[in-house]
Amino acid sequence: MARFIVRRLVAMIGVLFAVSVIVFVVFMVLPKQNPAQTLAGKNATPVLVKSIEEEWGFDDSLVVQYGTMMKKVFTGELTSYKPRIPVDDQIKEGIPATFSLTIGAAIIWLFFGLLLGYLSAIRAGGWLDRILTGVSIAGISIPVFLLAPVLLYFLTYKIELFPNAQYVDFSEDPYEWARHLILPWFTLALLSIGFYSRVLRSNMLDVMNEDYVRTARAKGLSERQVMTRHVLRNSLIPVVTLFGLDFGATIAGTAIITEVLFSLDGIGLYAAEAVRKFELPPIMGVALYGAFFVVFVNALVDVAYAYLDPRVRLGESASE
Amino acid sequence: MPTEPSAERGPWSLALRRFLRNRLALAFLGLFVLIVVFVMAAPLWANHVADTGPNEEHTVEQITVNGEKKDVVTVEGKPIGPQWFGAGGKFFLGADSRLGRDEMVRLMYGGRTSLQIGITAALIATILAVVLALLAGYFRGWVDGLIARTLDVIWSLPVFLIGLSLGIALAVGGLKLGPLEISSGSNWNPIFVISIFTVPYIARPIRGQVLALSEKEFVEAAVAQGAGPLRVMFSEILPNLASTIIVFFTLMIANSMLFEAGLSFLGAGVQPPNSSWGTMITVGVELLNIQPLLAILPGLMIMLTVLSLNIVGDALRDALDPRGKARMDAALEFEAHGGVTAGAQQGAVV
Repeated sequence: MARFIVRRLVAMIGVLFAVSVIVFVVFMVLPKQNPAQTLAGKNATPVLVKSIEEEWGFDDSLVVQYGTMMKKVFTGELTSYKPRIPVDDQIKEGIPATFSLTIGAAIIWLFFGLLLGYLSAIRAGGWLDRILTGVSIAGISIPVFLLAPVLLYFLTYKIELFPNAQYVDFSEDPYEWARHLILPWFTLALLSIGFYSRVLRSNMLDVMNEDYVRTARAKGLSERQVMTRHVLRNSLIPVVTLFGLDFGATIAGTAIITEVLFSLDGIGLYAAEAVRKFELPPIMGVALYGAFFVVFVNALVDVAYAYLDPRVRLGESASE
Repeated sequence: MPTEPSAERGPWSLALRRFLRNRLALAFLGLFVLIVVFVMAAPLWANHVADTGPNEEHTVEQITVNGEKKDVVTVEGKPIGPQWFGAGGKFFLGADSRLGRDEMVRLMYGGRTSLQIGITAALIATILAVVLALLAGYFRGWVDGLIARTLDVIWSLPVFLIGLSLGIALAVGGLKLGPLEISSGSNWNPIFVISIFTVPYIARPIRGQVLALSEKEFVEAAVAQGAGPLRVMFSEILPNLASTIIVFFTLMIANSMLFEAGLSFLGAGVQPPNSSWGTMITVGVELLNIQPLLAILPGLMIMLTVLSLNIVGDALRDALDPRGKARMDAALEFEAHGGVTAGAQQGAVV
């Protein structure tokens, strides 16, 4: 197990390094236009461009520039171009909203996704299964771009059931915190509810054909015990991996769009505003920290997975 | 049981028959064709009915609706609502914002852009992925190691976030990569971003298939006849990948369109004043409480297009390879990863 963790950590550091190089290349090497020119604006004089170039170190060699960028990232000195606000502070301010949104949504999607998947699987082929299948497919097919405006229009503007999001801190007012987050939670969760229920259903149907399930039945366990202790438990293992990947991907993907649509003051909204103003350092910061977080979560999930399923880590060491 | 027709019919015509029996898929194929016709008709509608271009502003104009003069944009900056045929088809769906652009014309042209980007990106990604998979699976050794590792790294990145970064960096500064040069406002920027980040999703499963195929006797026979690597890869192995490639390509168009919508919605894809369904939602959301259709219609178009492509892609998979569990798993893996977009997961698990 220790060996497995070390291997995973090494792989993680490799990916983190790749991420930082890719982000650097994306912002400093690939663009045709000189970053100083971008920063100075369209009608800048060559003198201004030159001074910006020197000030931000755009004229250094690429290796030095990469070093400077990484130093700034680790010491928290990354600042936006204009006005000069530390990127770290902005990201820290966005954390409560982003985490409230994503963790809340994750709880909702796990709960409903697994519940619907379980019900669907134990009634496979029946009318309940068919209805739930329909619901899941509908849920999977609705993009957040459509769901959020529809919910906002009908539930916020038409009947004023929910406030137009804005984040309220939990410590200020837990009730308002939840009321402001219900629509974004649901928007973010719906797609995954559909997806998880499909995945759990198909996993359970596969597991039901395994020998050990037949053995469990043969030794006289009740149907309920067979389902919960043997089928469900074993079907959940792949879901753990899936969840780790999805949680990271959601934070770095759909959550950004959801925050913008509901104007929640999180990291995603901060990044989106930086995009709108063509401010590169905040996007660089968000991309780097976000990528680090996602890679870290994925590594954690891998370890958890190996812990749950001995075949994984044994397979790893056997192949060495 | 009637006699099996397989002896006289080729696998393709059998697959076609299976596909044609799937009524749901046919209905959604029809829907997709309708959407394509709708966006292709954009210049016709713009020139003959609406009499305006997609980016033409009408800030201080008035139109005659049923004999009554109306402002396209009111003094407060509120755009006119849907007029249907009240003004002879002008402002059929109203104006888009305080700029007073014709929403219907923008919806049609925007759909064109979205579909073009989706199809081109999927095409580039598929071609790249197939070539990489063939090289990796055929040569193995260090070639495979290099390609597979690179794909793994892209796979483990938070793709949307990095795609967003690349999208915005290119939207500002354009691209210069050796001989490849793209100017800053071009639609080739999102195409470039999307195709790069979607390659691993196609290349990984296809590489596995190439590995399996290159063990087969017919490849051995070809090598024994003196066929070089190129001939083995492209005229022996490639034809056997055709059905997988078709399925992935279809599903990939849907995913690329979602990716594009996400990028454009956040301002890192299609650049103003051009429209795509994603950018139209950004503009429309601002006026959600007074003109909800401005945000909801483009979203609905994205959903219908993606849904129809997913259902058709899924039916193709069933028709081309009814027993293909491996392929099913590959697609599931793709959806499960969910990293591509705001909803990469939403491929078809139908």
